[in-house]
Amino acid sequence: MKSYLGAIRAIIWKDLTAEWRTRESLTSMLVFALLVVLIFNFALELDIQAQESLSAGVLWTTFVFAGTIGLNRSMALEKDRGCLDGLLLAPVDRSVIYFGKVIGNLIFMLLVEIIVLPVYSFLYGVPVFQPGFFLVVLLGSIGYVAVGTLLATMVVQVRTRDILLPILLFPLTLPVIIAAVKASQGFLQMIPFDEFSSWLNILIVYDLIFTAVAFMVFDYVVEE
Amino acid sequence: MIKKPRLLSVLDVLSGMMILAAAGLVFFYAPVEQMMGLVQKVFYFHVATAWVGMLGFIVAAVAGIFYLAKRTEQWDITGFAAVEISLIFFLTAIILGSIWAKPAWNTWWTWEPRLTTAAIVELIYAAYLLLRQGVDDPERRARFSAIYAIFGSISIPLTFVSIRFLRTIHPVVIGTAETAGKGGFNMDSPMKLTFFFSLAAFTVFFVDLLWHRIRLGKLQAEVEKLRIDTYSNGM
Repeated sequence: MKSYLGAIRAIIWKDLTAEWRTRESLTSMLVFALLVVLIFNFALELDIQAQESLSAGVLWTTFVFAGTIGLNRSMALEKDRGCLDGLLLAPVDRSVIYFGKVIGNLIFMLLVEIIVLPVYSFLYGVPVFQPGFFLVVLLGSIGYVAVGTLLATMVVQVRTRDILLPILLFPLTLPVIIAAVKASQGFLQMIPFDEFSSWLNILIVYDLIFTAVAFMVFDYVVEE
Repeated sequence: MIKKPRLLSVLDVLSGMMILAAAGLVFFYAPVEQMMGLVQKVFYFHVATAWVGMLGFIVAAVAGIFYLAKRTEQWDITGFAAVEISLIFFLTAIILGSIWAKPAWNTWWTWEPRLTTAAIVELIYAAYLLLRQGVDDPERRARFSAIYAIFGSISIPLTFVSIRFLRTIHPVVIGTAETAGKGGFNMDSPMKLTFFFSLAAFTVFFVDLLWHRIRLGKLQAEVEKLRIDTYSNGM
């Protein structure tokens, strides 16, 4: 068990170090996320009144789009430099690679969210600083990244990989996104917790189901 | 060359006759519904095509599981065939539903659970076809599409449940008095007979199509193998 966790940590550490040296993924995700917010600002004419009901949707769309960039890049790097083969040759269980990559991708996504949320709050005066809301952001990101990492691993082995990831990923993760948006809306609009708490439960269930299934089929994705 | 099985020819004729008979029942036997009038007749084929569409996607997911377990080309061909057929049937169901929805709900489309889920199902399986197109190696293509079909079959019910949570106006078909306001209705026995006969007719039709498509897939694979053999002998 100890070596299992150690191996996962090694993969996460490798991803973070590689990212720290170039900072390519994070900066592109971040700039992209801010651009999406900017586009929404004009497309929906977000003002202080309008944003009240739209914020949750705008924020999740932003996270999902930025997340796709990160996921694509994270696996493409492994594939292009032959690192994926190296990882697969390592004498560890295949699920170690899956969980390592999931947590690595999750950290990138959370970092982007940590920067985007205060900026958004600054621009529109949305009360984002609530522990419950942070929990929703975390749970939503877990579900999205759990499926996303699996599909990204699949897509890098495909000829049309640059365009395929969002097409495969968005319809599958829709239940997670619906639940995350609804739960976020509850917190951001200060609705009493009882009225939307079931969305939080649904979100947890989805995370568990998707992570479990992805964990089970990951072996089939990377086998040669 | 694989010969066309006798049973398949029988099934061809049978499904053709059953569809014709179902159409006959719909137009001449089933009574006109009081509230909605003639447009209600669309419902018999709407539910039947939607049912066949769902059936195909379940077949695809099951075939996916069997492929991952057994690794025989047969299961990959089955899954692909089921998805292709179901995409068409589901699209038909959506179009028929719209024809019904216009007079019943006064709109072609609403973002209601079943409708929204239907649209997402179409998108998921369109993505499935795009995925297949992107992979050249047949073994890898089979593996990836099996995984995606399994994921799709898990995600679809979850999507449905989530949207269901946001309220629904789609009628629960064989309903009680309380659904009547939403366009539901109680079926009397000629209606029920027509309804279940349509379901049966389309199911037989589906099996027939699936069989044909699987045969076609096998023939394709055989042609591919012959081509490779010819090339390697020629060298």
